[in-house]
This record gives sequence, structure tokens and C-alpha cells, in this order.
Amino acid sequence: MLQIPCPYCGTRDEAEFHFGGEAHITRPGPEVSDEEWSDYLFNRENPKGTHFERWCHNFGCGQWFNVARDTVTHEIDAVYRMGERKPTPENVLTENKRRLA
Amino acid sequence: MQRYSFLRHVGHALRGHRHWQPAWQTAEPKKQYDVVIIGGGGHGLATAYYLATRYGIKNVAVLEKGYIGGGNTGRNTQVVRSNYFFPESAAFFDHSLTLFETLSKELNFNLMFSQCGHIVLAHSEHELEQQRRTVNSIRLNGVDAEHLSPQQLKKRVPLLNLDARFPVLGGFVQPRGGCIRHDALVWGLARAADSAGVDIIQNCEVTGLQLQGDKVVGVDTSLGGIAADRAAIAVAGHTSELARMAGFRVPITSMALQALVTEPVKPIISTMVISPTIHMYISQTDHGEVLLGAGADVYNSYAQRGGIPAIEETVAAALELFPSLSRLRLMRQWSGTTDITPDTTPIMGKTPVQNLYLSGGWGTGGFKAIPAGGDTMAYTIANDESHPLIAKFGLERFTIGALIDEGAASGVSH
Ligand SMILES: Cc1cc2nc3c(=O)[nH]c(=O)nc-3n(C[C@H](O)[C@H](O)[C@H](O)COP(=O)(O)OP(=O)(O)OC[C@H]3O[C@@H](n4cnc5c(N)ncnc54)[C@H](O)[C@@H]3O)c2cc1C
Ligand SMILES: [Zn+2]
Repeated sequence: MLQIPCPYCGTRDEAEFHFGGEAHITRPGPEVSDEEWSDYLFNRENPKGTHFERWCHNFGCGQWFNVARDTVTHEIDAVYRMGERKPTPENVLTENKRRLA
Repeated sequence: MQRYSFLRHVGHALRGHRHWQPAWQTAEPKKQYDVVIIGGGGHGLATAYYLATRYGIKNVAVLEKGYIGGGNTGRNTQVVRSNYFFPESAAFFDHSLTLFETLSKELNFNLMFSQCGHIVLAHSEHELEQQRRTVNSIRLNGVDAEHLSPQQLKKRVPLLNLDARFPVLGGFVQPRGGCIRHDALVWGLARAADSAGVDIIQNCEVTGLQLQGDKVVGVDTSLGGIAADRAAIAVAGHTSELARMAGFRVPITSMALQALVTEPVKPIISTMVISPTIHMYISQTDHGEVLLGAGADVYNSYAQRGGIPAIEETVAAALELFPSLSRLRLMRQWSGTTDITPDTTPIMGKTPVQNLYLSGGWGTGGFKAIPAGGDTMAYTIANDESHPLIAKFGLERFTIGALIDEGAASGVSH
């Protein structure tokens, strides 16, 4: 069971959340090629390691937020609000300490 | 290869079973291969086996980072069926089922194939109607499928509780469906491939691809570089990682899918039973354990470790349909890293890199596909052209919008 620190409510069980897949994907304009459009729609980073992803606290505050989580250990390295700067791999751990402090 | 037979078994028994040859050799990597296959799961081994036996390419290595079958092929719930909705899926998966029907004999290895039937339940009028349509499509695809009334279900599965919270209103069966002992498939293929000249190299992780322009010419591994005229990726949950090494992106998400077994009991369930609505599927193994398949965890994972919420949901669903199992203890639980595609159809064929081929996106249902996957991949590698049965499974379907949405069409994923 993941324990996810919602930036608005604090740490809660995974069962209260909805997973929203990879974060920081921007939709390209309508003029792009089929290749770029399908890349946007379907291709995903899917790394073995730090994954930047969206979660929604469905059965809580209802807010969306971002999480940097390790896909091998499942450890959550950083939690940050929508629109906030994406932590770089080097600073996720320090970000995490700052957030959870 | 020392053939297995009744007489040979008796001979070895009389000598205390001390003189059996290893089923396959421990190979050291050579400097160069015609084809290097990355990943020693069912798909990698079957591709090597068919390359050597059907397509005449014998200078082949299978590189496995752990032990063969240690990935999803040794972790699945063994469901084998071909009751798919779309014609291209049905043709491919029925080719697989047909190969399975004679594969034990061909490999001289008992795969313990039991065509005990594969039953899908319906819990509402809408679902029943949808099933009528599905069964019609399956039959139009030339595959066997029959409706079952609640009474017929009860006869085949006496322990089934029809008055569950979501009552069972009917179902359908594919009589030719069933299960295969998954380890036996791995060992049988490895033994036959080895005896056809394939090198099976375990504890050898591919860490990079050697590219020359847009062409692959070899692989870097934990045991050093190996030159290869052609290479194939068959690494299931690690497909995105290998694609990254090759420099292209794939529409795949790796997710943990898990399964559980109870303590062994006498035979009580003689068929495969699946409920897509409450996500539960169940069967009983030859050693008597009741085998439960769970849903996937909802987030990306390479952990090979499943979450507790999925177990809870699966067990609750199983007990609703089979209340008499409530006193059984769970013995083991495990998970595999499955490579999920947006349309739950595999991705097979050529890649943006020349001489590099992909067999991936098998997700939660690629075990049943192993013979057909191996046969068509071997053809594709040998001819540098997709086998007709997989022509529509290529990576380009996502760009041209030709998805084959089996997940949405039949709602059965294993
Ligand atoms: C719990 C569970 C239940 C399932 N139930 C069913 C079912 O009932 N029916 C069904 O049809 N399917 C089922 N599946 C799916 C099925 O198991 C898989 O689709 C299938 O086994 C995939 O075979 P594969 O050979 O592609 O992958 P795998 O068997 O996973 O083999 C891939 C291999 O590649 C190796 N590898 C990875 N990276 C590297 C590298 N860099 N270098 C070298 N080697 C590498 C891995 O170690 C692994 O051994 C289930 C899966 C799971 C996890
Ligand atoms: Zn919240």
C-alpha cells in the first residue's frame, strides 16, 4: 500500500487516490504531423527509476498534484503542486525533504 | 538431445535417476551471431526455436539477464484461449492455440496442456447482450464458443454462487481453451532450441545496443560486446528501457500484475472461470492449489511486487462467487512487470532501427501467444518483413490510427 503525501491534506493511503499517468505532457497544436500527434497521445517515458506522475486525491480534497516516485522501490521522492517547477533528478530528494519537513 | 520416452524413463528409474543429461547446455557467448534475441522468456525462446527449426537460422543466441522463465512467463496464471473479438486477433491467437495442440509432441516435452474450457461470466442483462454479440463474432472468426445458461454453469462449476451480489445471469465457454504448465513451456522450448543449435545464455544483461547509422550491429552486455546481424527485443516489462537504448519511444506502460494461490486441496474446480466485471479469475492447478488472478496495480511499476489493495479486491470478488473457499489459507502471492499497450494488442514487427525487431506489449495476456509469437517473429526476422498474421500489430498502427482495441471489445485481458 502506497502512503501518498497529498500537498493539501497530508499523508493518506493509496486507496484514496486516483492515478493520472505521466505528468508534464503538453498537447501540441492542431497543425502537427500524425507522428507528433500519436507521440503525444500514446508514447510514454515509462522509466525504470524516477517517474514524474499525476495523482488526484479523489476521496479527499479532490485536487490534482504531481509526484516523483521511483518505479522500482515505489518510494515517493517529491510531491509538488500543479504548475510548480518539475524537480530535476538531482534535486528530487532535497525537494522531498523540503516538502515533507 | 536425449529423447524422453517411457522406456528411457524406466531405464533411468532403475539407475536411481542419477544419469539424466541436463536439458540444455550452459553456453558461453560467441563473438558473433546471425541473430541475438534479448530476453529469455517464452517469446524469446520460441522465436529462437522456430528460427532454428523452421527458418534455417541456427547461429542464434538468447540473452537473459536472470534465469530463463524468471520473468512473466514463469509468473502467469496459464490461461490459454483464442476467443477474441477482432478477426486479426482471433486469427493470430487461434494459430497459437492450434500450435499448442501438437506442441508437447513436437518438443518431446509434456506441457500438461489441459483443454478444460475457458468460461466468461455475465452479471447483468447488458453484459449478456454484449456476450451474445461477442460469441457471434468469435464464431464468425472460426473459433469455438458456446453460450451457457446459469443451470449449465452450475453443472460445470458446482461451487459457483449464482446469487452473488452481482448475480450470475449466464456466460460463455470456449471448449478448446484451458491451461498449460508455464514452466514446462519454458523448459520444453529451451531444450528443443538448445538441441537445434541455439545458445541460451543466462545471467547476461543487455546494457546497450551497438548502432551504426540507423542499423543495429550488436549489443553490449554484462558479459561484453556481442556482434549481431540482427537483433530482437523480447523483454516484456522492460520494452521501454530497450527502446530507449535503441533511440525510439513506445506506447507502453509497465505495471505490476499479481496472482495468488491457496493451500492445495482435492479437485474442486475443473475449468477456468473469469469474471471481467468484478475482475476475478480462478482455476485449480494440478497440485491442487486454487489459483487466483488479480487486477494490475494502478501505477507504473518495475518492482515485481504487487500491492495489497489488488489482493483485497480479488479475494473479496472470489469469495463472493465461491464462498466455500473462505476457509482456505493463501499460501503465496507474486507479481510480474507487464507491458501494457493502449489497445491491449501486442506490438510486433520491425522498428525504426534497421535489423532490429520487437516482440512486446504482451501485457497481461501474452502467455497464450507464445507459439504463434515465436513462429511469426522468426518469420519476420528471417524475411525482414512482417508475417501476414502480425501485419496489423506493428508500431505504426498508433500513427495511422489503426488500433485493435481488444480490451474494449471483449473486456477479457488474460
Ligand atoms: C500475474 C500474471 C498473470 C498472467 N496471466 C496470464 C494468463 O493467464 N494468460 C496469458 O496468456 N498471459 C498471462 N500473463 C502475461 C504473460 O505472462 C506475458 O505476456 C508473457 O509471459 C510475456 O512473455 P515474454 O517472453 O514476452 O516476457 P517474459 O517472460 O517476462 O520474458 C522477458 C525476459 O526478458 C528479460 N530481460 C529484461 N531486460 C533484459 C535485458 N536488458 N537483457 C536481457 N534480458 C532482459 C527478463 O529477465 C525476462 O526473463 C500474465 C502475467 C502475469 C504477471
Ligand atoms: Zn488531499
